[in-house]
Amino acid sequence: MKIRTWLSLSSIALLLSLSSIVKAEWGVNMTEGVTEISQSIYDLHMLIFWICVGIGVVVFGVMFYVMFKHRKSKGAVAAQFDESVTLEWLWTVIPTIILIAMAVPATKTLVEMYDASDAQVDIKITGYQWKWQYDYLGEDVSFFSNLSTSRDAVYNKEEKGENYLLEVDKEVVIPTGQKVRFLITSNDVIHAWWVPEFAVKKDAIPGYVNESWVNVPVGQEGVYRGQCAELCGVDHGFMPIVVRAVSQSDYANWLDEQRAEKEAAALAALGDYSFDELMTTGAEVYAGRCAACHGQNGEGMGSMFPPMVGSDIVLNDVDKHIDILINGVAGSAMQSFAEQLTDVEIAAVITYERNAWGNDTGDIVTPRDIIDARQ
Amino acid sequence: MSSKPNVAKSAIKHLFVALAMFGFGFALVPLYDVFCEITGLNGKVTGTVEKVDYTVDTSRTVTVQLLASKNAEMPWRFMALQEQIDLHPGEWKQIGFWASNTTDSDMVSQAVPSITPARAAEYVQKTECFCFQQQPLAAGESKQMNMVFTISPELPEDIQTVSMVYTLFDSTEFADPETVAKLN
Amino acid sequence: MTTTTAAHDDHDHHGPAKGIMRWVLTTNHKDIGTMYLWFSFIMLLTGGVMALIIRAELFQPGMQLIEPEFFNQMTTMHGLIMVFGAIMPAFVGLANWMVPMMVGAPDMALPRMNNLSFWILPFAFGMLLLTLFSEAGAPNFGWTFYAPLSTTYAPSSVTYFIFGVHLMGISSIMGAINIVATILNMRAPGMTYMKMPLFVWTWFITAYLLIAVMPVLAGVVTMMLMDIHFGTSFFNAAGGGDPVLFQHLFWFFGHPEVYIMILPAFGIVSHIIPTFSRKPLFGYSSMVYATASIAFLSFIVWAHHMFTVGLPLVTELFFMYATMVIAIPTGVKVFNWVSTMFQGSLTFETPMLFAIAFVILFTIGGFSGLMLASAPADFQYHDTYFVVAHFHYVLVPGALFAIIAGVYFWLPKWCGNYYDEFLGKLHFWLSFIGVNITFFPMHFIGLAGMPRRIPDYALQFADFNAVASVGAFIFGFSQLLFLYIVIKTIRSGKQATPEVWEGADGLEWTLPSPAPYHSFSEPPQVK
Repeated sequence: MKIRTWLSLSSIALLLSLSSIVKAEWGVNMTEGVTEISQSIYDLHMLIFWICVGIGVVVFGVMFYVMFKHRKSKGAVAAQFDESVTLEWLWTVIPTIILIAMAVPATKTLVEMYDASDAQVDIKITGYQWKWQYDYLGEDVSFFSNLSTSRDAVYNKEEKGENYLLEVDKEVVIPTGQKVRFLITSNDVIHAWWVPEFAVKKDAIPGYVNESWVNVPVGQEGVYRGQCAELCGVDHGFMPIVVRAVSQSDYANWLDEQRAEKEAAALAALGDYSFDELMTTGAEVYAGRCAACHGQNGEGMGSMFPPMVGSDIVLNDVDKHIDILINGVAGSAMQSFAEQLTDVEIAAVITYERNAWGNDTGDIVTPRDIIDARQ
Repeated sequence: MSSKPNVAKSAIKHLFVALAMFGFGFALVPLYDVFCEITGLNGKVTGTVEKVDYTVDTSRTVTVQLLASKNAEMPWRFMALQEQIDLHPGEWKQIGFWASNTTDSDMVSQAVPSITPARAAEYVQKTECFCFQQQPLAAGESKQMNMVFTISPELPEDIQTVSMVYTLFDSTEFADPETVAKLN
Repeated sequence: MTTTTAAHDDHDHHGPAKGIMRWVLTTNHKDIGTMYLWFSFIMLLTGGVMALIIRAELFQPGMQLIEPEFFNQMTTMHGLIMVFGAIMPAFVGLANWMVPMMVGAPDMALPRMNNLSFWILPFAFGMLLLTLFSEAGAPNFGWTFYAPLSTTYAPSSVTYFIFGVHLMGISSIMGAINIVATILNMRAPGMTYMKMPLFVWTWFITAYLLIAVMPVLAGVVTMMLMDIHFGTSFFNAAGGGDPVLFQHLFWFFGHPEVYIMILPAFGIVSHIIPTFSRKPLFGYSSMVYATASIAFLSFIVWAHHMFTVGLPLVTELFFMYATMVIAIPTGVKVFNWVSTMFQGSLTFETPMLFAIAFVILFTIGGFSGLMLASAPADFQYHDTYFVVAHFHYVLVPGALFAIIAGVYFWLPKWCGNYYDEFLGKLHFWLSFIGVNITFFPMHFIGLAGMPRRIPDYALQFADFNAVASVGAFIFGFSQLLFLYIVIKTIRSGKQATPEVWEGADGLEWTLPSPAPYHSFSEPPQVK
């Protein structure tokens, strides 16, 4: 009797502590997210969770009861039964019913998730090793989004910020109250685009395009963060996703700004730049885009990533240097930066590489050179 | 206890099962293609079809988005000439993509089509597509590449937008001799 | 290890040869079983060291000890070594030891092939491990080696990896054929199929799974090899191939593989629980049918590993339903074990403790499996630490605990001495606590949104990662205690009786302890 009371008390205590854990804010449970779909997925998750807890309490309850009651040391004598057709039917049929109860709402949610029709905004998302590209279809807006956490923070040489590893240089902006459809594909290996608060996770596969969608309700404007979820090589852990959901009018303004910036960048390429200006910009671009593979000080990394210091191409062959940045190197990890960097940035980083770390060639590559090379 | 011949027999029998399963693994490759054709998995569509004159369903309009994509090792420039067209189901249209080999060497490309929503794939019918063959371009050469297609009027009513994405891969090393011959 | 004297048997005087050549040339099921078990233990420690390197790096956010590239090599090698080097050979070792004794045979049906299938393994894993010292580094694309990361983008060591997988596959297939041939042909008179012990039954079914899917894996890696070196394009879209095809083929192997690693564990536990409950196993025939249906279902659920690759809705639904159905036969097994304990006369020796922990913790792994089966929810769970928690719960306190339970259970039969019960229990409690501290918090960090296979993580995941790392070190180092206990038992200990355990039942317990070099020279009669 005592044991039974103790058992029931402790199982109640366990349940209470579990429910307080799952309600707590310190990240032990699935996010409820901000969309209808993410909410129904959360509900499904909790439904199955509580069913499992229920089954667990019964099964483990019986086990613990048996372990306390039917001990040899307490003089228990073993019964010799070894089957019961009724029981065996019962525990085949009851789980079947429970499973059907789980499958019905799951089916309903899945059907909703697959319905990407009637979208107002289409964004094509392309995974790259190790960054994301966003193309706003029909809007003439396209950009890359890179991790903005510094390598120093990763290597514990400076303080880690609040959004450590979950921050990017350019956020993808979407309007609230509109259905936004994502067309997800990849440029190289398989990645997966995942934002937990939208319950959107889809693999980005080269040659395939996958579809997913989100409709962030009005009033839920804010920043939502996620990460690549499929192992995609060495920097798999360093390609976050940051989505900023804004009101529809802010979204329209933002699109205008993007187009204006693009024109400004095109104009800027025609301007004149001093050596110092190019070196400053170049250092920034190098740290953000090149240092991960070619080393903070151009020292290279392993056999895959050649050093910049003392490189023949960097010291002598200017045309080849420009060509590599624009077209990439086939069969290697060096990709084309033609669409990822502006003419000014390409010119600046080449100038920087040719003059930093003792590579004192004195060469200046101007944005005009890049425009010519692109032709 | 049983005799040795029986043991040898079981061993050989199961060895054959193992060999057959090895073969089955390879047989799964064509089986998978059949599966894709049936389910339209990720917009794998059958090759060229005979042109069928459908009764055009003018009561509705489907928006077709045409997207050009490139794989990592593909330095060409590649773009859709129209990013978006409207068509009535059953109506045949020709659309074009523009490709330009900006490198110093002759190259061969292969466009890989993908259609979303995947459900729509089986209704997309093409009589002609640059993705059916490898496309060679000499160094510095550019060319328009066409596709003629329709969407069958049987397309489910709830699909209003169909996205057709073509990803251009560098397939120079997989080029068949005929394609290479065109380069010279 | 086996005894070096075979004086227990009247008619059979030839014992093992002496020295190293005994082990190289042996065709004896016990010697080979022993070598399999020691090999898998070495692999367990090797893979364990890699796990500890991973956990040490993940103890805190930021990169402290190793570089991301090496981290990826560690996760890949840890997975490959644990799956193919530790768990699978351990089960083959146990089968080698126990199947002939349980069916009343003198030895395995194909003793020479048995020798070969073991001796392939050290070479396969030696080659795999040597890639760590190559310039390109070890494979770094995850144990699931998805194309094109493992083909177009792979380090050059991938070729050694492919050859290694071929060798492991050949070894497994030969081992499986041997077991099938033994069970089909060498059973004692009167032992009908429905009288076979459950460990024999579960291994019988497992062997068929191996014969069915290891060749498919061999096919997949052969296709990779051809893609990489011979210009084909099975998985390369540039030449008309398809990277998603890789995943279908891999998981067509991969899901049955999961059951290959758990069905023999079911068998072991189905021996231990009745023994220490002093009561016959509840629902023997439903256990057999449940095992067979799990094996069958394992062939039609593979795409539940691929819910996010963009399968059509209908496909997604089919695989969700099929996966959920697996819960039914698995549930039947758990209920049967609990009913076996019910109204028994229980004692809690070390094997029983591990078996009970198996039932509870495997069930928890089953629960998270059920949650993962729900396709919509899987969009949130997929490729997060929730999945890591799930499969470690079914593989560590699942498969591994069952193997350890089996070793404690049969060790007195193997070497004639009882192990030290106090140390055994200490080992159990350290392992039990360590395993839960390691893997339970992974559920939380997974749900909170931490992807798997990342070398560094956002700050909100820090607390539970630190906890998991502490648990991993507790668990890892307590396995050294296991090593000590086993060696101590081989050398000395209380002399074991033939039946070893009070409630023991089965042919293996009619042999003397330690079991003679050749198990049953005269076939026993089964009633």
